[in-house]
Amino acid sequence: MTEGLIWGFVYPNEVEIQWSVLIVLYPYITGLVAGAFIASSLYHVFGKEEIRPVARFALLTALSFLLVATMPLLTHLGHPERGIEIMFTPHLTSAMSGFGYIYSFYLVIVAVEIWLSFREDIVKMALNSSGWRELLYSGLALFSYDISEKALHEDEKIAKKLAIIGIPSAAFLHGYVGFIFGGIKANPWWSTPLMPIIFLMSAIVSGIALLILLYIASMKLRKHPIDHKCLESLAHYLWVFLILDVALELLEIVSMKYESLEEIDIINRLLSEKIAFTFYGVQLTLGILIPFVLLLVIGLLKNRDTLKMILISISSVCVLIGVFAMRWNVVIGGQEISKSLSGTLTYVPVFFHPEGVLPALVIMTLPFIILLVVTYILPPWKDMEEETTQMGSILKKKS
Amino acid sequence: MKISRREFAKTGFRVIIGAAVSSTIIESIVTNSIAAEVSPGGGYDWKEHLWGYVVDTRKCIGCGRCANACKLENHVPFDEPVYRTWVERYRVLKDGEVKIDSPNGSINGFEDDIPAEEIKKAFYVPKICNHCEIAPCVQVCPVGATYETEDGVVLVDYDYCIGCRYCIQGCPYGARYFNTEKRTADKCTWCYHRITKGLLPACVQACPVGARIFGDLKDPESEVNKILDKERINVLKPDLGTKPKVYYVGLDREVR
Repeated sequence: MTEGLIWGFVYPNEVEIQWSVLIVLYPYITGLVAGAFIASSLYHVFGKEEIRPVARFALLTALSFLLVATMPLLTHLGHPERGIEIMFTPHLTSAMSGFGYIYSFYLVIVAVEIWLSFREDIVKMALNSSGWRELLYSGLALFSYDISEKALHEDEKIAKKLAIIGIPSAAFLHGYVGFIFGGIKANPWWSTPLMPIIFLMSAIVSGIALLILLYIASMKLRKHPIDHKCLESLAHYLWVFLILDVALELLEIVSMKYESLEEIDIINRLLSEKIAFTFYGVQLTLGILIPFVLLLVIGLLKNRDTLKMILISISSVCVLIGVFAMRWNVVIGGQEISKSLSGTLTYVPVFFHPEGVLPALVIMTLPFIILLVVTYILPPWKDMEEETTQMGSILKKKS
Repeated sequence: MKISRREFAKTGFRVIIGAAVSSTIIESIVTNSIAAEVSPGGGYDWKEHLWGYVVDTRKCIGCGRCANACKLENHVPFDEPVYRTWVERYRVLKDGEVKIDSPNGSINGFEDDIPAEEIKKAFYVPKICNHCEIAPCVQVCPVGATYETEDGVVLVDYDYCIGCRYCIQGCPYGARYFNTEKRTADKCTWCYHRITKGLLPACVQACPVGARIFGDLKDPESEVNKILDKERINVLKPDLGTKPKVYYVGLDREVR
């Protein structure tokens, strides 16, 4: 069965591909989390006012994806019930052993950050509701109802400090995922010190792109005008990080090819045959070049808000697909070359399988459902809508 | 800021307690992560041995008895593409092309599918876990389920392994596989159940030409040491710094 999928010589034990599409999802999801969080920090830490409409929404998005980040990993383990040992008896020389701690730490940061930025709303909802809603919001408020100016000011100060801790921990969470691959000297396609920073940059672009799409979608669903200033600002950051991302990705390939070490023949074969389409076609052209040009055009356009919005949406979809392809090319690509450096393998995804496409699709759908529930409990719409409402009323007054 | 003596003592006390408690916790975590700490027993003292393995590629005839014996001895499934040891065949053709293969890990031997007149040179290379001194699989195991014994053998604790397969990715030699029955990583143990009773590993025992030699590196008179002292030897992928304990005699540059 596997004969036709193998070229050249692979070690006999390599015939089975160990890490499936679920392990592609793992860096993809944590990347979206880190990216969304860093987007929200543009407002919370760097005070970029134009991002304010989506700052809290970005935090909720980060949380929704963070809650499912462990799922692909646990589903993949041979013994999921032993997974918790990674927390109780971590083997500290392993890059993977830090996952439990880093993940938990980051989850706490995101949760507290959300709590602080929603506290005023929570308290108000607790005071203005009754029955189970009152209980829910009182619980969420931790039965502390002080929303005096002074208290809120304190909240804001702590939230800012937390976000400052949050940025390096988001960077660490995802850079660390890159190191899980980058630190494997057995695999020449993975082993590069650039891996963490490449992962981080692609995480940021994917997170911003996701935020853009979710913002546009939720405003359309709620039939509310879009704050184009905010949207264009996000698009601007997307463009900037896209440049950093592509610079690093190309640097990796260029230096690999230029140095032409022992493994270059098999790397060339990987790039020209195994992942040519997903690498050059999807990751670089669709995922980076096209959005780069589109976002450049957006910067030149004037007063064409709807057209800009469409172009930004297309760019974001391209970026999200491109970053997924990047994760695929790393995780699957790295396993499609034999460590004998003399052969290649082919990964064929299966649909109905515990590690197949179906569970991957289910896991990818969950964060959106979670986001729906979370935004129902903690509506972030107020700040997403008030700016445009104000603008609308100003415009109305003017006319 | 002024601190009274009482407050100072109180804070100091807390700091000391805190430090003591946290260091105990860290220590217990660290010691717990070492999976095995005792010798196998039965009068065997693992501190007295350090096992090593020599492969003389010039002697191997590619019969595959070693790979067969290994699967029988260690209950490695015959119907799955998983191997604790195998033999690779290298054929350098006259046109310069290098053909490498190891059909079914060499268990059924090899077929002559290239006419002899087209072949410039050919040789067999037996492969097995290198039981590296600095083993990347041990390094990357997130829970410490893979460990090195005092006598230099790299083992898997099947009751502890979570089945993440990071070690399989981390091994540069393709020596590890996923045991679908146990749902854990698995690999060559140098027949630890045999060597601790004074027997040879099954593959060494089965080799009809003496291409596989096993022995104690701590014993200056062992056959392994005699070869290491006399022959020019090499290890696989020395540049990766894993310090393998499988030493090769007559290793060709094509072999990785």
